[in-house]
Amino acid sequence: MTSIKTPSTERPTPPDSAPAAALHTGTSDLRALVLNNLRQSGIYVALVVIVALFAILTDGVSLSPGNITNIVLQYSYILVLAIGMVILIIGGHIDLSVGSVVALTGAVSAVLVIQQGYPWWVGVLAALVVGVAVGAWHGFWVAYAGIPAFIVTLAGMLLFRGLTLRVLDNISLSPFPAEYQRVAAGFLNGLLGGQGFDAFTLLIGAVAVAGYAVSGFRTRVARIRYQQPVESFPLFVARVVAVGAVIMYFAWQLAHARGLPIVLIVLAVLVLVYGLLTRRTVFGRQVYAIGGNLSAAALSGVKVRTVNFWMFVNMGFLAAVAGVIYSSRSNGAQPAAGNMFELDAIAAAFIGGAAVTGGVGTVVGAMVGGLIMAVMSNGMQLMGVDQSTQSVVKGLVLLVAVAFDVYNKRRAAGTR
Amino acid sequence: MDDTILEMRRITKTFPGVTALEDVTLSVRRGEIHAICGENGAGKSTLMKVLSGVHPAGSYDGAILFDGKPMQFRGIRDSEANGIVIIHQELALVPYLSIAENIFLGNERRGRSGLIDWNRANADAAELLASVGLHENPVTPVIQLGVGKQQLVEIAKALSKKVRLLILDEPTAALNDVDSAHLLDLLRQLKEQGITCIMISHKLNEITAIADSTTVIRDGRAVETLDMRAEDVSQQRIIRGMVGRDLDSFYPDRVSSPGDEVLRIEDWSVRHPTQDRLVVEGVGLSVRAGEVVGIAGLMGAGRTELAMSVFGRSYGRDISGRLFVHGREVKARTVAEAIDNGIAYVTEDRKRFGLNLIDDVRRNVSAAALARLARLGWVNGNEEIKVAEASRREMNIKAPSVMAVVGKLSGGNQQKVVLSKWLFTDPDVLILDEPTRGIDVGAKYEIYTIINRLVGEGKAVIIISSELPELLGMCDRIYTLAVGRITGEKPVGEATQESLMELMTKDKELVG
Repeated sequence: MTSIKTPSTERPTPPDSAPAAALHTGTSDLRALVLNNLRQSGIYVALVVIVALFAILTDGVSLSPGNITNIVLQYSYILVLAIGMVILIIGGHIDLSVGSVVALTGAVSAVLVIQQGYPWWVGVLAALVVGVAVGAWHGFWVAYAGIPAFIVTLAGMLLFRGLTLRVLDNISLSPFPAEYQRVAAGFLNGLLGGQGFDAFTLLIGAVAVAGYAVSGFRTRVARIRYQQPVESFPLFVARVVAVGAVIMYFAWQLAHARGLPIVLIVLAVLVLVYGLLTRRTVFGRQVYAIGGNLSAAALSGVKVRTVNFWMFVNMGFLAAVAGVIYSSRSNGAQPAAGNMFELDAIAAAFIGGAAVTGGVGTVVGAMVGGLIMAVMSNGMQLMGVDQSTQSVVKGLVLLVAVAFDVYNKRRAAGTR
Repeated sequence: MDDTILEMRRITKTFPGVTALEDVTLSVRRGEIHAICGENGAGKSTLMKVLSGVHPAGSYDGAILFDGKPMQFRGIRDSEANGIVIIHQELALVPYLSIAENIFLGNERRGRSGLIDWNRANADAAELLASVGLHENPVTPVIQLGVGKQQLVEIAKALSKKVRLLILDEPTAALNDVDSAHLLDLLRQLKEQGITCIMISHKLNEITAIADSTTVIRDGRAVETLDMRAEDVSQQRIIRGMVGRDLDSFYPDRVSSPGDEVLRIEDWSVRHPTQDRLVVEGVGLSVRAGEVVGIAGLMGAGRTELAMSVFGRSYGRDISGRLFVHGREVKARTVAEAIDNGIAYVTEDRKRFGLNLIDDVRRNVSAAALARLARLGWVNGNEEIKVAEASRREMNIKAPSVMAVVGKLSGGNQQKVVLSKWLFTDPDVLILDEPTRGIDVGAKYEIYTIINRLVGEGKAVIIISSELPELLGMCDRIYTLAVGRITGEKPVGEATQESLMELMTKDKELVG
């Protein structure tokens, strides 16, 4: 285990040399670090293995610039849904209706923009408003009427699918104007020029890496100031270099395709915001507390109903974001849009380490879980595997991922 | 004939990184009541799990001889087939099934067709219930029974399995005095029928009253076995074995100097959340700074209900009455408001209501006052760690770090985490509901010391407890509660166990 230096006084005087100390203090016990984070590192390893596997099986096509861009465009809305879903699952709930809500919000937007001729942003705003309203509807029934989320959102799944059909009058609408299509199919490129690649994309990639390094270093300095255990400096550098290399490779490939997809920016912002929201805010912590032990949370002064309500409002909002992206990408609204999206989002959360019983899970984990599903589906499509086999494989992966998690937990319980 | 029914020889059981039992030898005579005591985490439960096959043969070293024959139990079915039945502390009954269905669960009475013969099952169940002195219809759902009666159903279930060695883990921990006495009587009867009993208990007065021998376990070793019939073994003597030293006194000394009144309730009434009856009726009480006030009452007297209704109306409905903090009337309609008004309530059931067992020490400590660590909704994680570290040191919480998961700590350390959580809300008055339930003697002493320190700092403390010696040892004043009403109030100097018990049972007789 890592050694903990217990503060000698009530209020440890911050050593002025903390930044300097950040360069050498800490454990270099890689094994302990990996074991401590087995739950998390397990899925990273799985993702790397799956990426490598399909790179080999498709002769590198899966890692080609064009295909990486495709994966981002094709699965971004599932990842957006997975953010809201993992938060609900941590809180001990579920949402089965998100597929229907994606369809409904897309339909409302399409009716306004395509049928009524409003500008593109009116459609986007209307979709978000509808999504939030749907979330508030679910939130009311779960939080204030005390109906289990499974039932409420199962009803919502039927209800909002029905409303979608009503709104669309049972027909598909298309196409959207060019501005609206840009949301999901647009790229930021050519802003800084470049020879056969997009310099701007690389710049953004570099900024992201720098941001990662700086924030990591600042956390490290603060940890040391509070005399908490940290990883050794070489290990820290190795981590930053590894993550930086992955990001830059990714940016490099994107730069050689069509540039930086707008949805990727949206997704990155959402992951960043919600990652912080769940880990660092009072609201996020109360979600974990409710999922971990509802009664104890209530008796600790957590306003359980309010928190539950806003969790669902948030899910509705994110479903609307996904609805806009999806309608933009498919360039129209269809009555059957978003079918089964809820299952992909739920699967992403569980593969990413969320617990069925609530109280456990992370946004980043859900993203990795979603990427595992995405890379698998995409890889199998590239290989020409038929739909039935794809479904079987995805089902088995979900089962194995959760089984591994259960096994891990049982082993952890057995050690004491 | 051999006098020994069970011999466990040199049992050693290790978990990765921990030796739970080391070279434990236990010998139980036929037809005796054999008590096992020791601090929490000493290895009592592990020993019983080895005996009952929960830890299967091969996962431990040593031998088990039952009736002189070596046994290799691979699971609980093996041990039950040999007449060894264990009743766990947390009762394992299915709440919505009937008494008879529970008794024969997994051991169903089948007719010739292979289907369950319910007539026979119910008739057999009725017979078993009579033998444990429980007068209930076998078709009654178990959820309608109190804990005491559920315990009797468990014993009836054990009898249905032709039990020869009955193991009871903390059988009276959740029972009131009347039910406990009844249970102990039943154990004596079973003994006369030739059933051997092993009983794990923290209640030393029960052990001295009923046990024929007592084995003390400390740090995974069997320290000694005391013959309770041959010697006159006192509770102090057992405690010495458990902690390895004499506790000078159960209760640390404290100089009492009450100050101004901190909390007062007047004419407080609470209705049951689903049934149409008052659980608390017209209660008035007060507590001053630097004072410890006790509430004594039997189970069902409305103690917890009173406390929780005061604590942000977290129990009951139609709550009426007035609540004053520092002489000013406050409403405290929600838990958050109660906390803001300086009230803290430490639950009697820390696992269900007190802790997030899957989370770490740090986040449990900060859970009730996260706002104190946050600015504009953002939690300062480093400050949080510092606060948790401070609690760990001050409360002497034995955990590898504040990142340790609370569910893996012992009961006493979990209780210290709950206390830390409430102290971090900086309360003026602490309501402690059974603060030492299910924790070992050493940790109890530490909790008492902490209480005294808080009182010394000017906090007001209310202790709710079923253990009268605890109230007499810790409090300045004691209220007695019976059937939702205050039946008496005594300074500790004028109170005795007998006089309190009389007041606690007073209203019961009046009401019938």
